[in-house]
Amino acid sequence: MTPPDAGAAIVLDKVNKWFGPLHVLRDISMSVGLKEKIVICGPSGSGKSTLIRCINRLEVHQQGTIIVDGTELTDDLRALDTIRRDVGMVFQSFNLFPHLTILENCTLAPIWVRKMPKAEAEAVAMELLTRVKIPEQAKKYPGQLSGGQQQRVAIARALCMKPKIMLFDEPTSALDPEMIKEVLDTMISLAEDGMTMVCVTHEMGFARQVADRVIFMDMGEIVESGTPHEMFENPQTDRLQLFLSQILRGH
Amino acid sequence: MSTTVNHIPMPARAEPKLLSLGPLEWARTNLFGSIWSSLVTLALGYFTLKFAVGFIDWALIKSVWTVQSDAAGKLDPTACRIVKGEGACWAVIWDKYRFILFGRYPYDEQWRGAIVIALFLALFVISAMRRFWRKELAYIWIAILTTIGVLMWGGVFGLVYVPQDLWGGLPITLILSTFGLAFAFPLAVLVALGRRSTTLPAVKFICVVYIVLIRGVPLISLLFMASVMFPLFMPVGLNPDKLLRAQVAIILFAAAFLAEVVRGGLQSLPKGQYEAADALGLTYWQKMGQIILPQALRTVIPPLVNTFIGFFKDTSLVLIIGIFDLLTSGKVALAEPIWQAYSTEVYLMLALIYFCFCFAMARYSRGLERELGRSVRR
Repeated sequence: MTPPDAGAAIVLDKVNKWFGPLHVLRDISMSVGLKEKIVICGPSGSGKSTLIRCINRLEVHQQGTIIVDGTELTDDLRALDTIRRDVGMVFQSFNLFPHLTILENCTLAPIWVRKMPKAEAEAVAMELLTRVKIPEQAKKYPGQLSGGQQQRVAIARALCMKPKIMLFDEPTSALDPEMIKEVLDTMISLAEDGMTMVCVTHEMGFARQVADRVIFMDMGEIVESGTPHEMFENPQTDRLQLFLSQILRGH
Repeated sequence: MSTTVNHIPMPARAEPKLLSLGPLEWARTNLFGSIWSSLVTLALGYFTLKFAVGFIDWALIKSVWTVQSDAAGKLDPTACRIVKGEGACWAVIWDKYRFILFGRYPYDEQWRGAIVIALFLALFVISAMRRFWRKELAYIWIAILTTIGVLMWGGVFGLVYVPQDLWGGLPITLILSTFGLAFAFPLAVLVALGRRSTTLPAVKFICVVYIVLIRGVPLISLLFMASVMFPLFMPVGLNPDKLLRAQVAIILFAAAFLAEVVRGGLQSLPKGQYEAADALGLTYWQKMGQIILPQALRTVIPPLVNTFIGFFKDTSLVLIIGIFDLLTSGKVALAEPIWQAYSTEVYLMLALIYFCFCFAMARYSRGLERELGRSVRR
């Protein structure tokens, strides 16, 4: 492994994790450059969600080092706060706060974590809600929105913290087919603006369009990685070939 | 070649209205639908009617409302003795209501107790209104509770000093339950959070031990410990008074039960809520205060109010350590020889007072659930 270069946004070096006897991440080493867009794919249970959740320490890795934006992830809470402030995350199940309005969902963290004045936080939130094309829903509650709208709010909520890196954990897997596009369009426009992104997704069209690199995981290890073109047109391993044939059969 | 059919959407129609049944029709289908249904209806109807008629006859028609007093000013219960067994003797209430409400509080100062009751009611009403739910409410609480303390003790502003062992009746019940729940609830939230702590095993252990120990003993034994055993361990002269000790026992007991209710609410929240708060960089207390507790407490309003109501009535157990709460006052009022035979009337009145408070709590919680539930319905 080459030494982690200073310009990288995220560096993982020989990361290992176990859930009890289950070895879910095995010697994972990778780095994500600034403004790089990475798509992680792989069969279910391959450890891709665990990997992305380790990056902002929703899961704790047991071996190896993870360095995010120059700060190493350890038990040090202050370092963790710094990292979480700069890393936005979008979940498969949206995880909006149902007791708060859309606007409050977006302004909560800037007000409490970034200590932003309320008026400023609201202005930023409205700007980002406009960007994800739902400013008119600001006063509603999450339960009144469709799945696609909720996921776009979740993206706006993460962006309100002005993160340097965005993590997406299967953002379209819980959505009805006709709503997937609106969320992907939002993510594509975010990518075009130069955001550093790590996405766990099965949307191969999205990977083709925006990813600089695709990482294929299976059984807790990185099996293959490369540009979308290399990966999809000329897969090197039988495992990736099998995965692609399975995933493309439905398309 | 396929041709495109221009499909015109079907216009929406209103839901057909159910024909409402007339009262006669309703009764025939619901009360006399079958032979068995008719028999049960008739039997229940007969007993209900008989009980209601009997009660009205006893309580209102054959009852005695006042009795004459003789030349020396002593009450003569003969009128009551005549109707004994057939009519209620409300004269006992008429004679004793001030003792029942205020206990042994000096007779001429009982207006202070009345104001205290009114202040408590005002406090409850204000706290119940959502438009007063802001920081200032805490100051209102402090102000009103201080005023209540001043009124009860006196000794300032020209008020006669009344020692605590003379306090009694409804003010004591309200003091024990209001202070009890006001302190027990925040304590319960902390204990519930502590019990779920993953990073502080010592705190978790203490919380578990506290809940298990306190929940495992009857309130009566805790009250006994507070009133009898606790003073033995304290140096002479450094002994908080009996009311305060009972109050602390009630707070500790209530908090253990409420903590388990709150824990149920915490467990009902999906893990994603915790993760989303973490991912946004909120600190532990921000996460709990802004995201987790507001949702968790909402879901447990029914069991929470259930526990509140239970504890309001459980304060009457202080009877056994000789604190003059509402129930004790009623019991002592009956000790007077001429009224000894009329306990039913007194206990009915006590039940009515307790019922009013508990019913108000239950109705309020229903309204609150509906109002808070509006935004969270998913």
